[in-house]
Amino acid sequence: MNDTALLIKDVDKFYGPIDYGVHAVKKLNMDVKKGEIIALLGSSGCGKTSTLRMIAGFEAVSRGTISLSGREVQTFAPVRRNVAMAFEGYSLYPPLTVRENIAFALKASKLSQSVVDDKVAGIAKLLEIEDILGRYPSSISGGQQQRASLGRALIRDANLHLLDEPMGQLEPQLRAVLRGRIKHYIKERGLTAILVTHDQTEANALADRIAVMEGGVLQQFDTPQKIKERPANLFTGTFVGEPPMNVFEASVTGSDAKVSFGLKDGVRLEYPASDFSHAVRDALMKRQKVVLGIRPYSVRRSTDGVAGRVAVNQWLGDQTHIAADFAGGTMVLVEHDRTELAVGQPIGIRLDPSSLHVFDGDSGKAISHGEELA
Amino acid sequence: METMSPVERVLRAVALTLVVVFFMFPIFWIFLMSFQTNETILAIPPSIVFSPTLSNYAALITGKLQTAAGTLDIAFMRNLGNSIFLSVASVAVALVLGVPAAYAFARHKFKGSEDIAFTLLSFRFAPPLLVLLPLTQYFQWLGLSNTYFGLIWVYQLICLPLILWIVRGYFEDISADVEYAYRIAGHSWFATFRKIALPLAGPGIAAAGLLAFIFAWNNFVFALVLASADKQPVTVGALAFVTSSGIQYGQIASAIVLSVTPTLALALYAQRYLVEGLSLGAVKG
Repeated sequence: MNDTALLIKDVDKFYGPIDYGVHAVKKLNMDVKKGEIIALLGSSGCGKTSTLRMIAGFEAVSRGTISLSGREVQTFAPVRRNVAMAFEGYSLYPPLTVRENIAFALKASKLSQSVVDDKVAGIAKLLEIEDILGRYPSSISGGQQQRASLGRALIRDANLHLLDEPMGQLEPQLRAVLRGRIKHYIKERGLTAILVTHDQTEANALADRIAVMEGGVLQQFDTPQKIKERPANLFTGTFVGEPPMNVFEASVTGSDAKVSFGLKDGVRLEYPASDFSHAVRDALMKRQKVVLGIRPYSVRRSTDGVAGRVAVNQWLGDQTHIAADFAGGTMVLVEHDRTELAVGQPIGIRLDPSSLHVFDGDSGKAISHGEELA
Repeated sequence: METMSPVERVLRAVALTLVVVFFMFPIFWIFLMSFQTNETILAIPPSIVFSPTLSNYAALITGKLQTAAGTLDIAFMRNLGNSIFLSVASVAVALVLGVPAAYAFARHKFKGSEDIAFTLLSFRFAPPLLVLLPLTQYFQWLGLSNTYFGLIWVYQLICLPLILWIVRGYFEDISADVEYAYRIAGHSWFATFRKIALPLAGPGIAAAGLLAFIFAWNNFVFALVLASADKQPVTVGALAFVTSSGIQYGQIASAIVLSVTPTLALALYAQRYLVEGLSLGAVKG
């Protein structure tokens, strides 16, 4: 229990009356260990910012409990929670310079002026804002304001650092550099951080674990690798990964010798039964309808594959994206070489059973990943 | 700013001059009148060449009005003092009550908050006379007639809604996250209100206060009905210049000059804040 920094238990958030208002966060359960970096990933309106604000204490918790270091805090004022936060809208104090804005966060800690100066200089160097420390927020760019706001949060020695879209306004190159530095900074000091983002690259690069949210519901809470390799449901599978996972509805039939998926337009995918474990086969046979998922970079071209027809062929400078008409839908393939394929050209598509994700056709829950049960 | 062609520049200057002349000429004329005797004022055709006299100001300040029918006592200086006291006190009370209320309305949406805010605004819809009749009765029963306390209270009908609605808008324009950022750095909501919300809305509060002051200063009918001579402000006191032997234009003009001076000075001083308020809006984000 001692290494749990944050524990969210059965938390509901309603905007408006409980049970009748807008249900923004639904029965959320989450635990964050000390020193962990967590990313709340989801599209806008998925409840990730509401969750962050409930942890900070700016939104009331409708139901459930939030504990910081083992202490229930959901009724505490923000001042008593000892959390730091970087706001999406920066929220710098207009009458103060960037330096004062950042140093301001340390006021309550009663450090000596020279220590404060050192810390501000350190964080300014990290975020590359040394040259604008003397400027006022109104005279600097959005990206600079965002870095100042981030600095104001990171400089504090809080129980928990909450970062709401901390790098959304930065240029791509700078973002990539800062991601690495910020991660190092947080890990070096053993800080615990929760960042809200809709950028999966950012989540993958920074976070130890990612919480994927949609419609106020936590879809999956796991390491970036697990989320990619073993998505818990159809939403996570298609939301995480770029380009998105190919999905096709299918019906399952099978015998002791083979497993067969029937797709639209009479397309059949047949595999020897030995490609799947016994448990997976059992699970598949119980279902009438499933959804097959395969990531674009796992799709292979092969002369003995199922027929498809090239619809788009794009060379992106380092990889080729091919979209093919396949089984009444579109199958996207990623290849690392430059591939000269004419539009309309027939190709054979092979889906390796080891990279096949199968989801339940009704609930969307994962049934199997490759040959293993989900 | 876009560059203007010379023609545009000239047209612009002409237009601005016309506007300034239109609004400033009456004040300028009154200013001239205040240094003339009734005879030169009423001379036809009027002339801007005259030998200036300070007799009007002297009469106001000494309180002795010389008319054809003899010497009249007038309480102009006392009226002026009343005006200043009533306006300042009313605005002060309205600020103390209105600014926190405006903050509450801006930040906390509670059941009926819009209704309450609207009710307060609706005080400005009713013609003052409608309120005055019953108020006269109540004030007599309560013993508030002809008291400063009673007048300041009634003046809240003018000042409070004004301050509440203007300042509320300014508070709403401040991003709530700026306050959250301050609170999460370890400050109570009251410290946040004082150190962040108040200074950021400062120019707005100054503007609202100034406006409320002008409205209070210019009020006529409340003080006319609810107070007697010794508590009345200049707006009512000016009636004294309509005497049995004629209207004392010279004194009226100098009284106007004297009574405009405090508001004018205040407006000129507060202009800085008003401009600051406009430029602060650019920081929002």
